Amino acid sequence: MKLKAVLTLTFALMLLIIVGCSSNDEANENNESERSSSDQREINFISEDTPEVQEAKILSDFDAEQSDTDLQIETIEQNNILQQISLLAASNDLPELFKYESNQLGDLIDNGSVLNIEEAFNDLGIYEELNPAAVDLLEQLSSGRGLYALPVELNIEGFWYNKEIFDENGLEVPETWADLLTASDKLLEAGVQPFAVAGKERWPITRLINGYVIRYYGANAMEDVSNGDLSITDQGFVEAATTVQNMGQDGYFGQGVNTIDSDTALDTFLQGQAAMYYSGSWDVANFNNEDRNQIGIDNIGLFNTPLVEGGEGKLSDWSMNAGLTLSLSADKYDEQMADWVKEAFTGYGDKAMKEMGMVSGFTVENMPEDVSPLTELTLDTIDSAENAALWFEGRFNADQKLVAEQNAQLLVNGDISPEEYLELLDEELKK
Amino acid sequence: MHKVLGDRKAIFLFIAPALLIFLVLLLVPIIWSSVYTFFEGSLIKGFDFAGLSNYFAIFSDPDFYNSLWTTIKFTLVVTTGQVFLGLMLSLLFVFYIKKASFLIRTLVFFPVVLPTVAIAQLFSKLFEIAPNYGLINSLLEVLNMEQYIEPWLGQTSTAFWILCIMEIWKAMGFYAVILYAGLMDVPEDVLEAAKIDGAKGWKLTQFIVLPLIKPILISSVIFSLSGTLKVFEQVVALTNGGPGKSTTTLSVYMYQQAFTSGNYGYGSTIALVLLFLTLVITLVVYRVSWKDATK
Repeated sequence: MKLKAVLTLTFALMLLIIVGCSSNDEANENNESERSSSDQREINFISEDTPEVQEAKILSDFDAEQSDTDLQIETIEQNNILQQISLLAASNDLPELFKYESNQLGDLIDNGSVLNIEEAFNDLGIYEELNPAAVDLLEQLSSGRGLYALPVELNIEGFWYNKEIFDENGLEVPETWADLLTASDKLLEAGVQPFAVAGKERWPITRLINGYVIRYYGANAMEDVSNGDLSITDQGFVEAATTVQNMGQDGYFGQGVNTIDSDTALDTFLQGQAAMYYSGSWDVANFNNEDRNQIGIDNIGLFNTPLVEGGEGKLSDWSMNAGLTLSLSADKYDEQMADWVKEAFTGYGDKAMKEMGMVSGFTVENMPEDVSPLTELTLDTIDSAENAALWFEGRFNADQKLVAEQNAQLLVNGDISPEEYLELLDEELKK
Repeated sequence: MHKVLGDRKAIFLFIAPALLIFLVLLLVPIIWSSVYTFFEGSLIKGFDFAGLSNYFAIFSDPDFYNSLWTTIKFTLVVTTGQVFLGLMLSLLFVFYIKKASFLIRTLVFFPVVLPTVAIAQLFSKLFEIAPNYGLINSLLEVLNMEQYIEPWLGQTSTAFWILCIMEIWKAMGFYAVILYAGLMDVPEDVLEAAKIDGAKGWKLTQFIVLPLIKPILISSVIFSLSGTLKVFEQVVALTNGGPGKSTTTLSVYMYQQAFTSGNYGYGSTIALVLLFLTLVITLVVYRVSWKDATK
């Protein structure tokens, strides 16, 4: 008797669960039909930014004024964006807008899933909104496939330095790597840590190697490597890796460089505990943040990667990048999207500068008057740049990038020699 | 009751839902992955049949051997540590602390319920060197042992061991509680008889207690092995496989290959090797202990 009761109860429960699930489905369907019955078009946007910052804020502010569209921003951690977008691309369900690493777009361009920006913007008559230098950079990154991404940010990279510390120690802005090393030695003697380097993030180490390389071979060094005109085991690379290894071993980066994440490195610099910090202009927003910046905005200067004696690089060449770029799904680009894009990106450069103090790859027509000195410095520098150099991994695929970055940690620790570092990378490049 | 459970149909009816879910959730992905091992390409590019090339590649890949070795080393160290310290703690609870052990048991068990990411944060602060010394380095400084101050997590020679310590510390409470439950089942009169015969201390443990809790001990070892062979989130949260590749275990390497580099086929091949490794080791442990038990 008891057993029967238990059995009945079990079945009743199962039935309840089934009914519960199905009624849930119905509820969902109802919701969806409600949504689609209203005439608002949903525009999905996957970004590494939250709706309160950067381009996500500009676009969501813009969309708030539109009555016929509803921008849905989904924020995903930068490291997971590639994976998430490839999953969506594989199921033919790319969102209308998404951020992506511009040098990894190749496969998506080849199978026709992203929109050709050049064509679309020409059709809409807003191609002139784009800054030609930024367009050049992005075309370079797509390996000559054309323009498939929007430069919603544009960055230059260099050594940011603490002017006060430089003055106190009688240092001038170094012109050559030799000067840079002498200056660092002086700082070390005076008990100041020369550089704040986020070794845990890995790329800050390879950027330093790249800095030496582009001065030895000129701004096209990594292009030449990817074309096969230059071998990564050549003398200039060995010198670069040796220099960076010695900098690490001599304590220029402080203790435990491989445990430092980007926030810690930035704070070390902004609290006056390190004299120099290699980074891009994306950090200007942090420099402008008075709560975080304890050394003062006027106390921060920028110098370009110094020259290598006898090298081909010039001080008018800057390392540049467009950060994560914005791409559009080709499938979901219809007339309504076209209208939205036209409205949203007309005058985008002005909006970004005025509202966010952000330098983008769009032209700025009316420069606001109260721009922060560091933003102005960034703009002037971008204007003055004659050639843009790619970063170390700009032409690498994901595997090559991993080898370059992981082993860079071993290099600064002294676990492998500069020659070993380059040979391992060479092996991966030849695969 | 007996009548119902003697009926095969009834048994089937009871286990069918669970069995179905088990098959769908467990076997299907395994088969799916096995199929992937014969392909190369990615979700965007599409897949091409590659025959056995993924298998050939894996056996000539130094990174694979490196991560395999890291995994084996990690498993040996951590499983030994977890079960041995768990056993010591449980013996402590039963024979020395006795009734008052409740508080200590709770404290030792506490790390088990903490999220892994929180524990990794805790350990990275504990072993921090910059911008401020963590607890360990501060302690060394206070004790005038400056020469021992190290970037513990930033160098290949120590990062692996910190990872081991973290994993042992996190899980030993779990094994302590399981083995404690086993010890509670050891009959009091057997222990008393042994004591009357003059057995005490380690002798008592070795000849009376351990043989009696052997089944639970074996289960603990198998639990621990399968947990440590598959170790993933602990590594990602504490060191992300670095510095270099010094803490890249098989599962982390598999993740990097499949999802960072987009080599789904190769990633699946690594996953399959990991599956076989876990299976073989579990079977060996089971077989060895079974033989012992039937002697």
